[in-house]
Amino acid sequence: MKKIEAIIRPEKFNIVRDALTELGYPGMTVTEVKGHGSQKGISEVWRGRRYRVDLLSKIKLEITVKDSDVEKIVNTIINESQTGSIGDGKIFIFNVENVYRIRTKETGDAAI
Amino acid sequence: MKDVSNKIKAGLWLLLIMIGALALTLGNVEASDPTGIATYGESDSVTGLKYAVNFSWTLLGAFLVFIMQAGFALLGGFLRQKNMLSYMAHCFIDSTFGAMVFYFFGFGLMFGGSKLAPGLENGTSVFGGDGFMLLGRSYDVQTIMLWLFQMVFATKTVSIIAGAVAERLKFGAYLTYSFFVCGIIYPIYGHWVWGGGWLSTLPFGAGVKDFAGCACVHTVGGILALVGAWVLGPRKGKYNPDGTANPIPGHNMVFVVIGTILLAFGWFGFNAGSTLAATDLRISIIASNTFIAAAAGASIMLFYTWATTGYIDVAFICNGALAGLVAITAPCAYVAPWAAVVIGVLAALAMRGTVWLVEVKMKIDDPLGAVAVHATNGIWGMLAVGFFADGTYGGVNGLITGSGWQLLAQFIGTVVAMAWAFAWGFGLFAVIKYHMNLRVSDLVEAEGLDTHIHGSPCYPVESGIVTLAGVPIEEVKKVDEEQASLLERALSKDATREKIYSDKLGRWVYALVKPEKTPKK
Repeated sequence: MKKIEAIIRPEKFNIVRDALTELGYPGMTVTEVKGHGSQKGISEVWRGRRYRVDLLSKIKLEITVKDSDVEKIVNTIINESQTGSIGDGKIFIFNVENVYRIRTKETGDAAI
Repeated sequence: MKDVSNKIKAGLWLLLIMIGALALTLGNVEASDPTGIATYGESDSVTGLKYAVNFSWTLLGAFLVFIMQAGFALLGGFLRQKNMLSYMAHCFIDSTFGAMVFYFFGFGLMFGGSKLAPGLENGTSVFGGDGFMLLGRSYDVQTIMLWLFQMVFATKTVSIIAGAVAERLKFGAYLTYSFFVCGIIYPIYGHWVWGGGWLSTLPFGAGVKDFAGCACVHTVGGILALVGAWVLGPRKGKYNPDGTANPIPGHNMVFVVIGTILLAFGWFGFNAGSTLAATDLRISIIASNTFIAAAAGASIMLFYTWATTGYIDVAFICNGALAGLVAITAPCAYVAPWAAVVIGVLAALAMRGTVWLVEVKMKIDDPLGAVAVHATNGIWGMLAVGFFADGTYGGVNGLITGSGWQLLAQFIGTVVAMAWAFAWGFGLFAVIKYHMNLRVSDLVEAEGLDTHIHGSPCYPVESGIVTLAGVPIEEVKKVDEEQASLLERALSKDATREKIYSDKLGRWVYALVKPEKTPKK
């Protein structure tokens, strides 16, 4: 099992979620996060003074899937959320040792 | 930079026009009674005390109406939080920039010739022409009291429109319509009804009677809102390809409830203050009628939403109260409390019907329900005078007293208000659309108007996790602009992407993008 952690643009989140649901992966954890990579912030104004905010709002998606599904999901996220400009985000893949479903005590792939 | 210099030029022109008008009016410099001593009288006579109590009452009314602007601003809870600051800015700028416009142009056009106070002598039955900038003879305690009370009304009309065009209107376009509404559209119609113009002297019934502004404020504002939202087009994601509408939930119901309560509070001043006199003891009935209609509207929506959806829908209950308040604005002085109940109940149901009509049938996106609350009930309130006026006040006799003439006068007044607002609204918004581009870009709409137009989100994050990196240098700015245009292009593509109906989700979603290339490992 793998955990896919994708940091994407907030304005693309709904599109990505719809696409993943259409593919059949309804389970996901979503967090509003702030951060930056190569994108060096946006400029804002506070009572006349211009400044840069270097931490930007992003959405973090976490989805745990079977090994065989990783490619498909990663491709979908990229296709749906890519805009080509700096700040599109990143996708990280982690190994997951085990999963337990609390309600039924199922483990492994059955618990995803 | 070209953009900015154009704005400065426009501002300079405006200033020039104002100075020109100033010079024209300065010819007559003799003030009437700027100290108030002549109005009050030398000793503490009963007449003088009557003036004092009436002044206090009218000013209190004006202050109450002013706080309605806070109510309007808080109704922004119906919007998404990325656009809250933009909407609140519109409301606040209405009450300040709008006040300036009304001071320079509106008041003179509206009340010149009304002879309601010194310095308002010149005017025709179509438009007024006296009291501009409160100069000359209109530098008088009574005239300026009238100005204050009418100024806060004028600025409400613009705020009504702000609700319907929220979340997608360009700021320049907003400022332009704001100028025309406060400076010309509202004052001229107001002159016809309140300033001694032709509608007030119609030979049917007692002429058009609009006690506190159902037609002047709400019908005019509501119809302009309808036209504005229509020309502007719906927000992204509001309508599906098959024409069905998606709900776009707001972000803060606390604001909506508090805003509604503030509006209801201010409405006491709006209606009861419109007597301009505390010696007119009808004010107790006017104030009570006002609240009765609001309570009736809210109550009927309570049971309506409970029966139809199974939930007690607070958003609709708040709108029901506002619908009742709008509808009672014209008839509040002329009807008995039982009629206020009927007016409030029908107003709330009419509001619910219009929400459906505007959203489902006309496919116009009105985020705050300005059309349903203000346009529909402005019209209904005007007609309600013709139905329910019981002849006890101001010689206004409605259908229940057996006379149909007042209804005819109200009908004419309403149709004129609708036609006037529609014609101006359509012309104004169409011209802005083709000359200034009414709508913000896809990028701004997606990321919110707050950061793009006003430079700061409405709810800034805790400063501890935002490090300020100083003023942007030119090189970084250039990169920013390139990236922004890339993003802009990508987001614009979404507007034309194919949508499919998802059985799994029960709603419309974008069809999956065909994979072009596999990601590099």
